[in-house]
Amino acid sequence: MTYLAKPKLHHPSLTQNKACHTRRDYEGRISTLCAGCGHDSISAAIIQACWEMDVEPHRVAKLSGIGCSSKTPDYFLGNSHGFNTVHGRMPSVLTGANLANRELLYLGVSGDGDSASIGIGQFVHVMRRGVNMVYIVENNGVYGLTKGQFSATADQGSTSKKGVVNADSPIDMVSLALQLGATFVARSFSGDKKQLVPLIKAAIAHRGAAFLDVISPCVAFNNHPGSTKSYDYVREHNEAVNRIDVIETKQEITVDFAEGEVVDVEQHDGSVIRLRKLKSDYDATNRIAAMNYVQQHHAKGEVVTGLLYVDSEAGDMHEHINTIDTAFNKLDSKKLCPGIGVLEKINASLR
Amino acid sequence: MSMNPAIEAINDFVVKFANVNGSGSASANELFAKSILRMGVPVSPRNIFPSNIQGLPTWYEVRVTEAGHLGRRGGVDLMVAMNPQTWAADLKEIEPGGYLFYDNSKPIPASRFRDDIHVIGVPLTEICNAAYTDPRQRQLFKNIVYVGALSVLLDIECAVIEKLIAEQYKSKPKLLDSNVQALHMGREYVQKHIPHPIGLRVRRADKVGNRIFLEGNNAAALGAVYGGATVCAWYPITPSSSCAEAFQSYCMKYRVDAETGKNMYAIVQAEDEIASIGMVVGAGWNGARAFTTTSGPGISLMTEFIGLAYMAEIPVTIINVQRGGPSTGMPTRTQQADILSCAYASHGDTKHVLLFPEDPKECFEHAAAALDLADRLQTPIFVMSDLDIGMNQRLCDPLEWDASRSFDRGKVMTAEELESGKEFGRYLDVDGDGIPYRTYPGTHAGKGSFFTRGTTKNAYAGYSEQGPDYLYNVHRLLKKFDTAKNLVPQPVIRKAEKPTPFGAIYFGSTSPAMAEAIEVLESDNQPLDTLRLRAFPFPDSVASFISEHEFVFVVEQNRDAQVRSLLVNEFGIDPAKLVPILHYDGTPITARFIGQAISAAIAATHRCSQKLPEVSTP
Repeated sequence: MTYLAKPKLHHPSLTQNKACHTRRDYEGRISTLCAGCGHDSISAAIIQACWEMDVEPHRVAKLSGIGCSSKTPDYFLGNSHGFNTVHGRMPSVLTGANLANRELLYLGVSGDGDSASIGIGQFVHVMRRGVNMVYIVENNGVYGLTKGQFSATADQGSTSKKGVVNADSPIDMVSLALQLGATFVARSFSGDKKQLVPLIKAAIAHRGAAFLDVISPCVAFNNHPGSTKSYDYVREHNEAVNRIDVIETKQEITVDFAEGEVVDVEQHDGSVIRLRKLKSDYDATNRIAAMNYVQQHHAKGEVVTGLLYVDSEAGDMHEHINTIDTAFNKLDSKKLCPGIGVLEKINASLR
Repeated sequence: MSMNPAIEAINDFVVKFANVNGSGSASANELFAKSILRMGVPVSPRNIFPSNIQGLPTWYEVRVTEAGHLGRRGGVDLMVAMNPQTWAADLKEIEPGGYLFYDNSKPIPASRFRDDIHVIGVPLTEICNAAYTDPRQRQLFKNIVYVGALSVLLDIECAVIEKLIAEQYKSKPKLLDSNVQALHMGREYVQKHIPHPIGLRVRRADKVGNRIFLEGNNAAALGAVYGGATVCAWYPITPSSSCAEAFQSYCMKYRVDAETGKNMYAIVQAEDEIASIGMVVGAGWNGARAFTTTSGPGISLMTEFIGLAYMAEIPVTIINVQRGGPSTGMPTRTQQADILSCAYASHGDTKHVLLFPEDPKECFEHAAAALDLADRLQTPIFVMSDLDIGMNQRLCDPLEWDASRSFDRGKVMTAEELESGKEFGRYLDVDGDGIPYRTYPGTHAGKGSFFTRGTTKNAYAGYSEQGPDYLYNVHRLLKKFDTAKNLVPQPVIRKAEKPTPFGAIYFGSTSPAMAEAIEVLESDNQPLDTLRLRAFPFPDSVASFISEHEFVFVVEQNRDAQVRSLLVNEFGIDPAKLVPILHYDGTPITARFIGQAISAAIAATHRCSQKLPEVSTP
C-alpha cells in the first residue's frame, strides 16, 4: 500500500463523461493492498468501465464478503453505498438488496476463498436465481489476508509459497456458473486491462446474473514458480477465445474482418456487445459448448479467457417473480397496508 | 361396565382424538372444535403431532370451556381412540369415570379396557365399508362419521355442523353432499344403538362473542402484511413454515398492484437460514421492510448475521416460532427455550430486542410493531412466538388496525436534507438517544453515501481500529438499547385484590394457563400480583414490580429459567428472590401445573422464613 494521499484537485484536462463525471469521481479511498496486487488492477478496471459507461456512481451498490478482494469496494466508487458483509455471504445480502430496490446497479466483489470455499453455497444459489448483478471473483487461488493458505480454486498439484503441494481438485468457478444458469459468464486476467474493461462494461449492460472470474495474482503469497495463478503462468497459458467491445448502439461494422469473425450481441439496454472471435470454433451463445470448451482446455493446463457465454434474452429474478417496477423502499403504507376494511373481512372469516 | 360414576359436565371437559398421521383426521377434528365454538362455547384445541407425514401417532386435544380457560387443562374426559398403536397409553390418560369412544368393528379383548371408564363402541369401519368401495373414501369419511356420532353423544347441534361443512365446500358441491351424508351415518347409528347424550354435553351459550379463531403463524404473517413487509426470505422449518406460507397467500390476495398486476412483495425460499437472514439484512440495508421466519436451529445458523445487523445497525425482523431444543430437540413440541440465545445472539457483546406475544392477536400486533421498531432502532427485532401459539388455532379478540397509522421508517436522511447541508454521520448520535441517521443507497449524487461493515468504524462510517471510536459506538449501542425500553410493548401488571408479598412474572404462550392458575390460587386464598412481560429490554416497571414483592415466581417453559437469568443479569437482582417455575416436557404448560408448583413454592418460602430466625440467632 502507499501512504501518499491522492491530491484532491481535479486536473482541468480530466474529461467528463455523459454523467458529468471525471474518472476521479469513480475512485475510492487509497488501497491498503500490497503493491502489485492484481486486485488493484481490477479496481482500476471497474473505475474505467463505470466511467466509460456513464454510470452514476451513487446509483451503484457495491457489496462484498470478507478477505482481500472484499476490501476493494472501499477503493473504488467512493460515492456509492458499500457493504462489506459476512465471509462468504455477500450473495444473499446482494439478493436482498436487489429485491428492495431494483433500480440500482449491483456490483458484487468477492474472492476465491469467499466464493468457492466458505461461500460456495450462496454463490450457487445467487446464480440460479438470476439476480441482476455484476459478480466479480478476484481469483488468486490463495487466502491472502490470513497469509497464504490454499483456496478451493488452487489447481491440484500446484504448490504453495512454502512448497506444500495442493492435493485437492480445484473448483472452476466459470464451469460452475455455466452449469448453474448464469446468463453472462466471462473470465479474464487482472494483467490484461484491454480484455477486462470491456468485459466489465458488457457485464454491466447485461440484465441477469453476470459472472466474471478474474485471475488476479497474489504477489505476496501466490506468485512463485509452482503456482498456476501467478503472473507468469497466466500470461503463458492465457487462451483468449474472443475480444469484445461494448458499443452504445449498433453501428455498421467498418473494420475489415473475415466473415464469421465478428458477432454482434444486442443487450437488453440497447447496447451491443461486439465479439471479435479469436478462436473461430468458439460460440459464446452456446452454453453446453462453452462448458465443454472450458473443461477441455483446462485439462491441458490452459486458462480460457474472454466472454465465454452470454444469453442476451435472459430475464432476471424480478421478472421471474413478477415484482412491481417501483423500488420496494418507495412503497408507502397506502400501497402496502390493506386497511381496516379488509381486516374486518378477515376477522369475519375467522369466526 | 364401569363402577365409577360417569363424569357429568356441561361445557367444561376435554376431548382428545388419537389418530394416525396422514389419515385425514385433522379437518374432521377441526370441524368438531369449530361446531362447539359456533354454539357460543369457547374451545381451545391443540395439535400434538409427530415429526412425520404419514403413519405415526398424532393427537388433537379439545378443551371445551365455557369459562374461557384457553390454556391446556391436562387430563382427558373423552378419548376418541382411533389409533391401535397408542391404544394402551391413550386409555391410561382418561380420567376415572371418563369415556372411551372407539371403533368396535373388530372385537378387542376385555383385558385391554379399563373398568373405571365408560366405553362407547361404534363400528366406524363397518359403516364405511358398507357405504363406500374406494379405500381412500372409507378412510376419510370414517373421520366425519365419528364427528356425527360424537355430535349426538355430546348434544352438538347438527345444523351447526352442516353449516360449517357447507361453508367449507362452498365451491365443491359433490364433497359437500358426501360429507353431510357421512355425518348423518354417524348420527343415525348412535341415535339407534347408543344411549345419548352422555354425561359430557355441549349447551348453547353466548361466551364466544366476536372473538376470532386463528393460528399465531397466520396472524404473524398478516401482521407482516399490515406492517409493510415487502421482502420475506425463509427456509422451511417446523413450526414456523406455515407463517411464511401464510404470508405468501395473504400477499397473493392483498399485495398485487391493481394497476399493473405486479407483486408488491418478494418471497424467497432461501437455500438455508444463513441466506434467509442475509437477504433480510440486504433488503433492510436498502430500505425495504424485510423479515424471516424460523425456529431455534435457524437462529443458531443466523447468529453471525445477527451480530452484523447489530453492529452495522440494520433493521431486521425475525419471527422465531420456538420449539423444543437443544439441537433438533423436539421439533414438533413447544418450548420457550430460545430466550437467551436470541437476547444475546452472536459473538462479542450483543443485546437484542425481543417481543413476547401471548396469542395470535399479539402475534399480529408484534409482527407489525417489530417492523416499525426495526426501522426506528435500526437493529434486529425478534418476535418470540412458539409452537403452542403458532400452530394451534386459538380464540382471541378480533385483529385491530388504526386507520390513521402509517409506518415509522425511523431516522432516514433524505436527498433534500443532505442537499440543504444537514450534517450526516452514519454512526453519529445527534439526538442523544443513541440512534443515528441512515441514508438509503442511491439517495444523493454527492452526499450521504457510506460504507457499511461489521468492523469498527468512526461516527462517520470510516474504517477505524481506534479504541475511542470503538467505545463511542458500543456505548452508543447501549444507549440505544436503553431507548428501546420505552419503545417496546410495555408489561401488563395485574394486582391481586388483597396485598400480597408474592408476585409472578410470565410471558408468551403461558398466558392463558397463568390466568386460570391465578383464579384457582386466589380462590384458594393465595393471592398473587402478576406481571406479563411483553418485551426485552425490560422496562424499569419490571424492576419496580420485583422490588415490591418478597418473592417473585418466574414462570417459563424451559429447563434453565432463561428469563429469570435475564432478569438477574440485567437488573442485578438477588437470584434468591426470583423463584423459577419451570415446565419443559414439550407439552404446553397447564394451569394445574402452575397452581400446584406455586402453592408448593409458597409453602416452601413459609418454611424458609420460619427457619431464617434460627439461622440468624447468635
